[in-house]
Amino acid sequence: MKPGHGEVLIAEGDVELVADEQRLIEEFRRQLDAGLWAAVPLEGDEGRRSAQMVRSFEDVPRGAERVIFFPRAAGGA
Amino acid sequence: MLIALGAAALVTLALLAEELLPRVSEAWERFRAGRRRTPSISFDPGRELRAEQRARTLLKSCVNDEEWAMYRDLGFIRVWGSQADGPEPAGGTGGAPYAYLIYPHRAIVAYLAQTHRLLNEYCVAFPDDTRPYGSARLPDSDDVLAKWMALTGDERRLVSTANMHLPGRQLDPAKVKRDLWRLAQWERTRMRELGEASSGGHSGLRPRQAS
Repeated sequence: MKPGHGEVLIAEGDVELVADEQRLIEEFRRQLDAGLWAAVPLEGDEGRRSAQMVRSFEDVPRGAERVIFFPRAAGGA
Repeated sequence: MLIALGAAALVTLALLAEELLPRVSEAWERFRAGRRRTPSISFDPGRELRAEQRARTLLKSCVNDEEWAMYRDLGFIRVWGSQADGPEPAGGTGGAPYAYLIYPHRAIVAYLAQTHRLLNEYCVAFPDDTRPYGSARLPDSDDVLAKWMALTGDERRLVSTANMHLPGRQLDPAKVKRDLWRLAQWERTRMRELGEASSGGHSGLRPRQAS
């Protein structure tokens, strides 16, 4: 998510392919090092939706379709 | 002659100093802060509109149908609280169900679901300090999605990050109460329409026939 732009595709690939997975891991770390938070949208029973906050690539469910990065929360006014 | 020239030079210097000193001072401050002059990016309504449209698409793809319809129709999303004793550090709710209202770029409001008693406001922002287009502010729907993800993903962390205030700090409690009433009406209508649709009758949605 970016101000003035909205959604930006950062990287995509198949985690079953070693080269792709490595690239995704590097990009994941780069985003977290830049201070962003990461979340994976999930679909539960009966259409219930939620998100899972992830702090490392290993936390990302293997079957996840996407990881969304967004600026970390800060106390507002 | 020399005296006149000297006086003119002094006056010129004084005038120039008045003009130049602030600029020199600003440049010095900038140099000390190690910052470069950032190019000013003008506000582009078209760009912001496109950003918001992308953000709405992303939000719609993440939340469920009811939440999306709620945001589309009412302008906010309700998220149920998941902590057994209510949101921290608001004090216990005695196990009563509670929820949050998420508004774009406004505080998150916690309330008791049954009585609609407002518990707290949680002021939280997601500023992008890189300011890619001159602003640190996410599009409205991205702000809602960020709050939704943070609340459903790690409610405790978000609540502890936010600045907690009593109701009324940022949002008018009367407006929030009105929104809760609107939500109840909206849910009743939606349930009725869904019930009619599932039972095969579509009278509520069918265009009226002229009699």
